[in-house]
Amino acid sequence: MTQITHAETLRPPLRLQDIAFRVSAVLLLAAVTTWLVASLAASPVQFFSAALAGLSNGALYALIALGYTLVYGIIELINFAHGDLFMLGTLFSAYLLTVWLGQAASSAVAWVLVVVALLAAMAFCASLNVVIELVAYRKLRRAPRLAPLITAVGMSFILQNIGLKWNGSFPRQWPSLLPSEALTVGGVKIDYKIIIVFVVTIPLLLLMSWVVTRTRQGRAMRATAQDQDAARLMGIDVNRTISFTFALGGAMAGAAGVMYQQTVGSTKFDLGFQLGLIAFTAAVLGGIGNLTGAVVGGVLIGLIQGLNDGAAYGLGQKWSQSVVFGILILLLVFRPQGLLGTPSGDRG
Amino acid sequence: MTVHLSSPAPSRRGLPRHLFWPVGYAVAALLVFLLLFAKHRGYLSPAFSDFLQQWLSPSSIIEAVVWVICALGLNTVVGYAGLLDLGYVAFWAIGGYTAGWLMSEFFYQVNVHVLGSVPQARPGIHLSFWMVLAVGAALCALFGALIGAPTLRLRSDYLALVTLGFGEIIPQVFTNGENIGGFNLSNGTKGIVPVDPISVGGFRLGPFDLHWKYLIFVGLAVLIAWISLRLREGRLGRAWLAIREDEVAASAMGVPLMRVKLAAYAIGALAGGIGGVAFATHVNSVSPERFNFSISIILLAMVVLGGMGNVWGVILGALVLAWVNSTGLQQLGNALNDLTGRDINLPSYNYLIFGSVLVLMMLFRREGFLPESRTRLVLREHGREGISGEATLDYEAADDMATPGTGEDIRVVGEEPPDAGEDVREGRI
Repeated sequence: MTQITHAETLRPPLRLQDIAFRVSAVLLLAAVTTWLVASLAASPVQFFSAALAGLSNGALYALIALGYTLVYGIIELINFAHGDLFMLGTLFSAYLLTVWLGQAASSAVAWVLVVVALLAAMAFCASLNVVIELVAYRKLRRAPRLAPLITAVGMSFILQNIGLKWNGSFPRQWPSLLPSEALTVGGVKIDYKIIIVFVVTIPLLLLMSWVVTRTRQGRAMRATAQDQDAARLMGIDVNRTISFTFALGGAMAGAAGVMYQQTVGSTKFDLGFQLGLIAFTAAVLGGIGNLTGAVVGGVLIGLIQGLNDGAAYGLGQKWSQSVVFGILILLLVFRPQGLLGTPSGDRG
Repeated sequence: MTVHLSSPAPSRRGLPRHLFWPVGYAVAALLVFLLLFAKHRGYLSPAFSDFLQQWLSPSSIIEAVVWVICALGLNTVVGYAGLLDLGYVAFWAIGGYTAGWLMSEFFYQVNVHVLGSVPQARPGIHLSFWMVLAVGAALCALFGALIGAPTLRLRSDYLALVTLGFGEIIPQVFTNGENIGGFNLSNGTKGIVPVDPISVGGFRLGPFDLHWKYLIFVGLAVLIAWISLRLREGRLGRAWLAIREDEVAASAMGVPLMRVKLAAYAIGALAGGIGGVAFATHVNSVSPERFNFSISIILLAMVVLGGMGNVWGVILGALVLAWVNSTGLQQLGNALNDLTGRDINLPSYNYLIFGSVLVLMMLFRREGFLPESRTRLVLREHGREGISGEATLDYEAADDMATPGTGEDIRVVGEEPPDAGEDVREGRI
């Protein structure tokens, strides 16, 4: 008798709710798999080019998602203004290359200037992000949680207005300075631009991960993320560390801005809002606060979006946002800690 | 200007304190009604009438009342229960489309008339405005509960994000809804035009009966405000405030978190539905491009500016910002340009203005201009006592200057270990 009760306490019986929960999760996964296989079977070439376009977008999402995840990891704030920072990065890059430097076509000089623009945009967005933190978030670090969140939303609106005044209210197409040729592998067209996105993004991601895991400053960041007060007691300048984190996130957004402007070319003042939300979804998908997770999430979201927009049975571009947010909502229902995150007791 | 709503001190006007705001609003609403009525009948001098049309047009006044209804709904979620909802526009949209579906010729395949305001011969579904209000409110409450149910277990900032996603999905469904599996749900970007006019009994409101429409909408706003106030006093309202201030403590005291939060979402959404139906009948159409993210943010700014949780403050915030948004910026910009001879397009800075309102309010006056006495206590007084605000200052002082803290500083820090501040922060608002 006692043994039975003991066994029961060890393993509580499954409630109907839990069973329904698991069954629906499995059904959902099965549906996604069927959809993928069906799309692949219907038209492999279309499937792979859509996937490739998605992957290239995904690399950019990963860069932006890193900014969210870094800031969230260190001060637990959803930095709504981050997407708009990326938007200002695309504008800065467009103006620097096309208007101020007068480049309109692909050439060797232009390629060098793209690298210069990359560095300049990274510096621009990094300093802007540091200023935003200083002005808007620092004072609220110990305020109730709702306060900095509302400030971030307000900051996002302010940046959008700056973009609106800078770029006008309509989408604007900018010339790309990257080579527009493509190579064909087994019927799938691969743009050089896509390859260049990977060539720029992957080293940046590696550099980031090196900074966070190997350097002294990175260790200070991780310590601050764990416990600000303890970090302060250990002699870490917490304010400077947080500023550095914002700078790092901003630089990634700047790099993503240049690459986006060079590959997609069209910019609009509310671009950052949409892409920022997608990137945040990517960060949550990977497990927020987890750097590898942000990259994995970014690539996955890019892939899903690419397939939805381009594959045989995709819903098409006009449903893109809904699909991404649908994923976000389902994810938060079934696995709020994300793919690589660890469950925390902080959900309540 | 701070008003202590709870303090029993007699007012200068000889009016009991607790009647100051309701009576004030009632008088103001009556004056506006008389003004509209006089304008409609042509009792006003043409010059004054033109001035009114420019600075305080009847249409913008009615729109402001719709904003009040929605802001009061959002106040239930954000102000009372402390749950950030960034997708409130979804409920406004659902309410609007309910009116579009049930009060127009959109579903021309059928011919349903129930106390409708158009001749029987016209096809489509034509229900009475009052029935549609009820349907819209119920539908929104249902959606509020639906979106709330799976996400309320999450931490509050995730919740903000899910509501934001919801607020993006719903308008996109309506934008792309002309062909969902062959079914025309929303007529896509063309929207649903026209929506039937309101009828009261046998009397049908014409396009120029703006004063009666105003009166009906004010009645709806009063209803929502009354519900808000009554709920605030009751068991549910006290439970909301408890979870806003400390979720863990509230739960320990036996507040059923999920049920109470769901109720906040459902009741908040309900007001959005009523606002949506009212707005659709006001502009005689529903079109998806109106329902964008900025609506949610403007509503949030109204609640924050007025004072989270204080019904009177939220009404004032909504009226002021709605006026600024619809006519104020335009008119002030024109006046400024006339005065200075320059050409500044002031309305194009509205994002900047609403964004700055949010940032500046959060930085310098977190409790809003007309704070609820209780909110002020939570957001400010504790800071003074050293749980949050002072403690931060002390740390920073110690960091920056590295001066040996005075005895007082050390005492404050020592009294409140940093962890206590942290815990308090988690649960608050």
